[in-house]
Amino acid sequence: MSRQSNRTTDSKKMNSELFTLTYGALVTQLCKDYENDEEVNKQLDKMGYNIGVRLIEDFLARSSIGRCQDFRETADVIAKVAFKMYLGITPSVTNWSPAGDEFSLILENNPLVDFVELPDNHSTLVYSSLLCGVLRGALEMVQMAVDVRFAQDTLRGDSVTEIRMKFIKRIEENLPAGDE
Amino acid sequence: MTTGEETCVMCHLCKLADMQENLRSDWGDLRRRHGGMADESLFDFLHMEIVSHIYKEQQSGKEEMDNKDRAVCVSVLESMGFRVGQGLIERLTRDSPSFKDELDVMKFVCKDFWTKVFRRQVDNLRTNHQGTYVLQDNTFSLLTQLSNGKQYLDQAPKYLAFSCGIVRGALSNLGLDSVVTAEVSVMPSCKFQVVVQKL
Repeated sequence: MSRQSNRTTDSKKMNSELFTLTYGALVTQLCKDYENDEEVNKQLDKMGYNIGVRLIEDFLARSSIGRCQDFRETADVIAKVAFKMYLGITPSVTNWSPAGDEFSLILENNPLVDFVELPDNHSTLVYSSLLCGVLRGALEMVQMAVDVRFAQDTLRGDSVTEIRMKFIKRIEENLPAGDE
Repeated sequence: MTTGEETCVMCHLCKLADMQENLRSDWGDLRRRHGGMADESLFDFLHMEIVSHIYKEQQSGKEEMDNKDRAVCVSVLESMGFRVGQGLIERLTRDSPSFKDELDVMKFVCKDFWTKVFRRQVDNLRTNHQGTYVLQDNTFSLLTQLSNGKQYLDQAPKYLAFSCGIVRGALSNLGLDSVVTAEVSVMPSCKFQVVVQKL
């Protein structure tokens, strides 16, 4: 893949707006296409998943991060490396479950939603559902099945955005059947 | 010089997009301004997935897509791009003085706007001075990941519809109503044709 690296701060910022505006256009289009918010949330999650399974390769290539030893390390990498790299923010990692299999990412601000307002008739829309799918898809490619959901959402009146991530199980690598 | 083998996108299909232009949804109060700094690869990933989704949805249940299906997909992508283009140009020209004429606007689009959105300037701008402009970008950022040369040439239109919309949306907010089409003969080089509509 060839890509130009002509990055000035300005250009990066405008590309940022390109991304967030495009995301807004996508959500708007999905709301037109599907009858209820639940369906839109599902579609966003699915699309996020498709992005995640490809994004992970980009991430691994650019970050040179090796295999994480445990879920705690995974959490740190997600918050401090991945979010920083792709969204320019560093959420904090908190609220670990006693078993160490569940944690929260707290986002003080979410670049996807700054100054977005949900109209009244879309109160159950989880605007940033794409992010859940991205995380889920990306981690699946590194053999981790996780559940990702929004526990708090500034768009729905909460003071912060909280993403809750739960480790489900390790995915065994499937060996191809038959001759290869 | 290349001859003949150009895949023309959009053409009359842009007029379909014009019809959708007035479709203001319930999102009247969806206002956007921006805080963080998203990486540029995120847009690439998102755009590809959006294209994939739109085509999958349109095809759902059918064996194959016909030209009407493809036209719908192109139209949807183009109108999404249109809204994005409007939003982008709004922010970019907030503090700029107004333009002295049409050519001035086009030059701005080719330089400042193209750099901000497509990460480089347009390589070549031609015009017949009668409202038709051809913008040539030899390394169009949305095509570089597809191929170099002729591979996947038939796929290129899918990945240009959104960009055509962006350009049309930007021009619209700059006071120019236009029809924007794109042609690709060798990837990742792309020509956008802008025909300004006279009232």
